[in-house]
Amino acid sequence: MDMTGVGGALLFLIGAPFAGGLLAGADRIVTARMQGRIGPPLLQPFYDVGKLFQKSRLVVNPFQPFYLWGFLAFLLVAGALFFSGGDLLLTVFALAVAGVFLALGAFSANTPYSHIGAERELLQMMAYEPMLLIAVLGLYQSTGSFLVRDILGSDRPPLVELPGVFLGFLFILTIKLRKSPFDLSTSHHGHQEVVKGITTDYSGPDLALIEVAHWYENVLLLGFVCLFFVPLHPALGIALAIATYLLEVFVDNTHARLRWQHTVKLSWWTGAALGLANLAILDLIR
Amino acid sequence: MELLLFLILFPLLPAGLIVLIPHFTTRKIVARSSAAIMAATSIWLAWRCLVGGPEYFHLEAGTIDATMFGLEILIAAYLLYRCRGLPPRRLWIPALVVVQLLAMVGLEFGGQLPHVDRPLYADHFSVIMALIIGIIGSLTAVYSIGYMTEYHNHHPEIPVRRRRFFFTVFVFLSAMFGIVFSNSLSWLFFFWEVTTVCSFVLIGYARTEEAKFSSFHALGLNLLGGIGFLMAIGFEAYFAGEPTLDVDRLIAAGPALAMVPAAGIAFAGLAKAAQLPFSRWLLSAMVAPTPVSALLHSSTMVKAGVFVLVKFAPVFRGTTEGLLLALVGGITFLVTSLVAVSQNNAKRVLGCSTVANLGLVGMCAGVGTPETVWAAVLLIIFHAVAKALLFLGVGPIEHRIGSRNIELMEGLITTRPALGAIMIIGICGMFLAPFGMLISKYAALKALMDSNVLLAGLLAFGSAPTLFFWAKWMGKIVSIPHRPSDVVGPISLDKWVALGTLALGTLGACVFFPWAARWFVEPCVRHAYGATPGLATGGTAVMVGMLLVLFLLPLLYVVLPVPAVRAEGYLAGIGVERGAAFRGAMGKVHEVDMRNYYLSSFFDEHVLMRWGIRVCAALAFAMVVVSWI
Repeated sequence: MDMTGVGGALLFLIGAPFAGGLLAGADRIVTARMQGRIGPPLLQPFYDVGKLFQKSRLVVNPFQPFYLWGFLAFLLVAGALFFSGGDLLLTVFALAVAGVFLALGAFSANTPYSHIGAERELLQMMAYEPMLLIAVLGLYQSTGSFLVRDILGSDRPPLVELPGVFLGFLFILTIKLRKSPFDLSTSHHGHQEVVKGITTDYSGPDLALIEVAHWYENVLLLGFVCLFFVPLHPALGIALAIATYLLEVFVDNTHARLRWQHTVKLSWWTGAALGLANLAILDLIR
Repeated sequence: MELLLFLILFPLLPAGLIVLIPHFTTRKIVARSSAAIMAATSIWLAWRCLVGGPEYFHLEAGTIDATMFGLEILIAAYLLYRCRGLPPRRLWIPALVVVQLLAMVGLEFGGQLPHVDRPLYADHFSVIMALIIGIIGSLTAVYSIGYMTEYHNHHPEIPVRRRRFFFTVFVFLSAMFGIVFSNSLSWLFFFWEVTTVCSFVLIGYARTEEAKFSSFHALGLNLLGGIGFLMAIGFEAYFAGEPTLDVDRLIAAGPALAMVPAAGIAFAGLAKAAQLPFSRWLLSAMVAPTPVSALLHSSTMVKAGVFVLVKFAPVFRGTTEGLLLALVGGITFLVTSLVAVSQNNAKRVLGCSTVANLGLVGMCAGVGTPETVWAAVLLIIFHAVAKALLFLGVGPIEHRIGSRNIELMEGLITTRPALGAIMIIGICGMFLAPFGMLISKYAALKALMDSNVLLAGLLAFGSAPTLFFWAKWMGKIVSIPHRPSDVVGPISLDKWVALGTLALGTLGACVFFPWAARWFVEPCVRHAYGATPGLATGGTAVMVGMLLVLFLLPLLYVVLPVPAVRAEGYLAGIGVERGAAFRGAMGKVHEVDMRNYYLSSFFDEHVLMRWGIRVCAALAFAMVVVSWI
């Protein structure tokens, strides 16, 4: 790994929480405006997390934090790998490990809300995993490499050859970002952040860590979106990625939560009809 | 050459001794020491091959051929004897025995069989297989010593036939060595049939109706596959332009000359590896004692099936037949992975996943490029270790909790931490980065992308349910139970030796994988293709890094200063008895009880299998037909 690689990884490890937190703040403001409210200040997510860190640390069992650390650690591994220009396929695999850790933490608590959250989280993973892999395969087919640094060096945007893959990726991005209609695993009751699906049995500083982990994850996912626009100016790529995120917020606010059957079916069909078909056509054209 | 003959013949010695020695303790010593000898010899052979490279051996085979022919007649007679009293709708099984018998007699006395010059060989691939058989097979044999005693304690209604059991196990190991060292098609076929018979005997061990049914099911489908083998030999005897029974010459002849025998053998391989449409035999064979499942249905016998597929992979490269074979493998992978989601019987989940992973190997073999073969060999190695560990782990758990139901394994990590840890290592080894199977999937995905996009897509879709069913199983094991439960009973030293070695093997495989790849897998591909695949072990550093992260994580418990306070989990009610129950809104106490998702109406096993069998039967049949055209 060269110096740019190390720099990229460090930039992610240090900068992503800030970017992710701001994104979350913007998300809440935009959501509020869409619902006819003013919404919290932009920095509200940071205040929330800061407050959570000050609370005392309650655990249901001593194993729980282990899975949480695993979740965070593998997100960091995935992100560092991605932003250092590493292997995209391994990034996706590390993301899967992180997801499994999150589910195991909820399983470990062994209470109804956590349990259902964990099962649904795994269902969601089953739903989006094929299309996520196909997106990686598509970028490989278009640019000839699995390495992010090589994809960055391609001479025209992969989007040109991969419109279907991109649309399919946007579809599962909704699941990955835990947005409606596919936010099954964060299904909560009474609309309060502290009792929320898979994270129900985490509290205080642990819950804060989960929040920060999600910020990391969101930044990584938007980085993934940027790859489709690559040779364009970085600022334009980032702007497009943020536009994508706002689109997801819009979808979140205009859709009710779907059942898991629909989630699995829809994302698999999307994966096959948009993603795989795109790969096959591209293969034929060449 | 002596080493090869020794490995093939030596297991027969303990097999005979175990039948003759009346004393139980002495028999145990025989079994343990011969297992150790087999393991040591296979390692010695691996060293020799590493230093000296592949070797082929000339042998005057007249008497050996005659002996084999005699034994084949005896086997057929035994099978016909066992088939007496079968219901009319299963009479096709003895009919297949008769057909094979007639075909063999015809071939033997037809006088057309080409002479095999060098019937024995050892190359890197067969050495890898020999290591799997010699180490994992032997460990399973050692494990069975303790297991079978316990098995009979738990099932007093089943008559004790331990001597027959161990006799068959050792004969089976001998035949497996035979398969991987035979360069003669007719020898290969002989050993192939011996493994079929051994599996028949071992699956039917309990002699219950279910066991009998399953054993005949396995026998019938494997005999059906054997027809493909006979077709290959018959083609070489009567139709081939340049008749030869030397496997190496056959493979070197390429698709123009060797496609018919290759397709026939692939057909047999599909049956033995329990690919769709033949998968049902393996799933129903799970009724057998657990070591049998580990030995036959995960790490060794089914591996013989994929062994021949990978062996003939160079012939399939870039052909229609190869594409059809790859499709059978890919569809099997997808369908059986989906079926596994709906299973709550631990052994059936393991069975489904075995079939699925072998499908992946079949897919790689069908594509047949050096890169896919590289991935296929890796898959074989990693799968053998992790799956044997899982099967052998399920055995003692089943005896402790009295069931194979995954739901009852809740909290194993606290009730039996060692067993729980072993299961978690095994499960991680099957699907999670940075462990073995994921390394191979990574290689397979990259290799498939370069040859056929749709096959890579099949792999992507099949991997998703894999993740789901393994993770939810692991979730059950790590759920911390609310009430103390007692999962008691000591586990014998024999078992711990086997479990410990395999667990270390699963973990070690990801650390030592780059060296294993360089020393064994690459030479294996170079031998078959004359070129080393371009697949570098580039991701290795990352994989090792991930492993490091995993091992360093527990250290955070030491580093993190905040002492955590224990609290009850959230129940939307007042918790009772530390969260084991809760008092609801009406004051009634509800027990907390969670079950995993099996989605059995969504992923209906019968519908999936029915369609899978139809489609794959058509594809496999087409493969054989196309090869003749």
